[in-house]
Amino acid sequence: MRVVVEGVSKTYRDRSGQEVVALQDVSLAVAPEEFVALLGPSGCGKSTLLGIIAGLLPPSAGSVYFEGARRPRRPLTATVFQEFALFPWRTVQANVELGLEELGLGPAERAARARRELEVMGLAGFEGRYPHQLSGGMRQRVGIARALAVDPAVLLMDEPFSALDAQTRTLMMEELLGVWERTRQSVLYVTHNIQEAVFMADRVVVLSRRPGRVLADVPVDLKRPRVESQQGEPAFVHAVEHIWGLIKSQARSALLDPGREGP
Amino acid sequence: MTAERVRVEDRAAFLTRREHRLLRGLALVGLVAVWEALARVGWVPVLFLPSPLGVLAELGELARSGQLLVHVAASLQRLLLGFGLGALGGIAVGVAVGFFSVAEAVGQPIIAATFPIPKIALLPLLILWLGIGEPSKVAVIALGVFFPMAINTYTGVRQADPLLVRAAVSFGAGRVSVIRKVVIPSALPMVFAGLKLGAGTALLLLVAAEMIGAESGIGFLVLQAGNLMETTRLMVGIVLLSLLGVLSHWSLGRLERLVIPWRHT
Repeated sequence: MRVVVEGVSKTYRDRSGQEVVALQDVSLAVAPEEFVALLGPSGCGKSTLLGIIAGLLPPSAGSVYFEGARRPRRPLTATVFQEFALFPWRTVQANVELGLEELGLGPAERAARARRELEVMGLAGFEGRYPHQLSGGMRQRVGIARALAVDPAVLLMDEPFSALDAQTRTLMMEELLGVWERTRQSVLYVTHNIQEAVFMADRVVVLSRRPGRVLADVPVDLKRPRVESQQGEPAFVHAVEHIWGLIKSQARSALLDPGREGP
Repeated sequence: MTAERVRVEDRAAFLTRREHRLLRGLALVGLVAVWEALARVGWVPVLFLPSPLGVLAELGELARSGQLLVHVAASLQRLLLGFGLGALGGIAVGVAVGFFSVAEAVGQPIIAATFPIPKIALLPLLILWLGIGEPSKVAVIALGVFFPMAINTYTGVRQADPLLVRAAVSFGAGRVSVIRKVVIPSALPMVFAGLKLGAGTALLLLVAAEMIGAESGIGFLVLQAGNLMETTRLMVGIVLLSLLGVLSHWSLGRLERLVIPWRHT
């Protein structure tokens, strides 16, 4: 299914009662099997937009819809959260089964599907552990397995690796791309890291600082499957420099005025 | 010329806390031994301070005559019934008030207004309504347990991580699922803190209720023995109550480990 975000704006009141425009007239689309990165400086409303697409926040204006044939028992979205958002009282297995429970699957099918996704994410043997017994990288693997298990029309990833250390993050990015090559799951991937966005995505949608607007939609002309050495290719360097040129001044003003991420 | 060397010592050594297992054991044994010695020497008349061995003998006597079972059974029944009803009611109200805004608007002011009433003051009213028998005793214990349970559960529910609630909703959870799978597990540690608090209150109210109008129970035993100046028997009652308190705290701790395994592994 194709995800279409049409003219979405989001305004909310901050604590002092002042109106803050988080998003202004944002339109974008994610095609089936497409990997789109949503890039912007902190406080540009990226997470807010993801929340609106996931149906966790109502937009103030505009709408989000999904086009195409809907398969039964397939949720529209599943989210991978920056802070993992695993349930501490559920084992790894039970965390992955949560979405499947809500889809109404029976215990046997839930267990089988969860185990398959855990296997894919390299977590076989950790089914019975609790989240606090795992490292950050392992926890986010569980988060990804949980989202993949429900096979959503689009996978939403909200800065999934920014809570991890640099080495783990690099490995996880490659691993995610490896999984994506096999599943071709459409992805909307939020990040504030330009290299990350260019390396992962087919297209980078660049958002401006608050109020968040679409500054540019930059296609990435790099072969798949992606490998680390491509980061030296002219196409990669060019895309990164182009995007950096677009948001440099914005990032600088963000530095002077410590803006907050959405509500 | 040799350079002067200053070796770094562990300056935080005095902050390490050791367990002192032996001392722990000795403290309790020592207290009883001193008590026994005081009673033996005869400085304090038995009327004021009966000896621990005497208390033990009296306990055996009560057990043989069957009175012990009658009193303990009567007290346990009131305690378990009152505690169970109060805890269930408190948890249900706490979850409702914590989760539903309508229930919060209605429940919070009512709880805030009635919570400070010392529950023992309600006993005469409860006796008037329910009679002098078992129901009024169970009711006063239930009321005493209800408030700490409701307030603790409410606090626990309010503290549920909004991120986890969002995560559950994003995976398709509705109201019932969110309560069952996120809100209640989040509140469990607070619920158990409330249960432990409530257990103390329950014991207090049990004794008070049994002292006001009962023909059985440990509270009755203590009061009657006091009236008859049977200090040894009175002490038996006090020891039984302290055992009951220790036992309830211990079993709640065990239950907590069983129900909240993710905190202890």
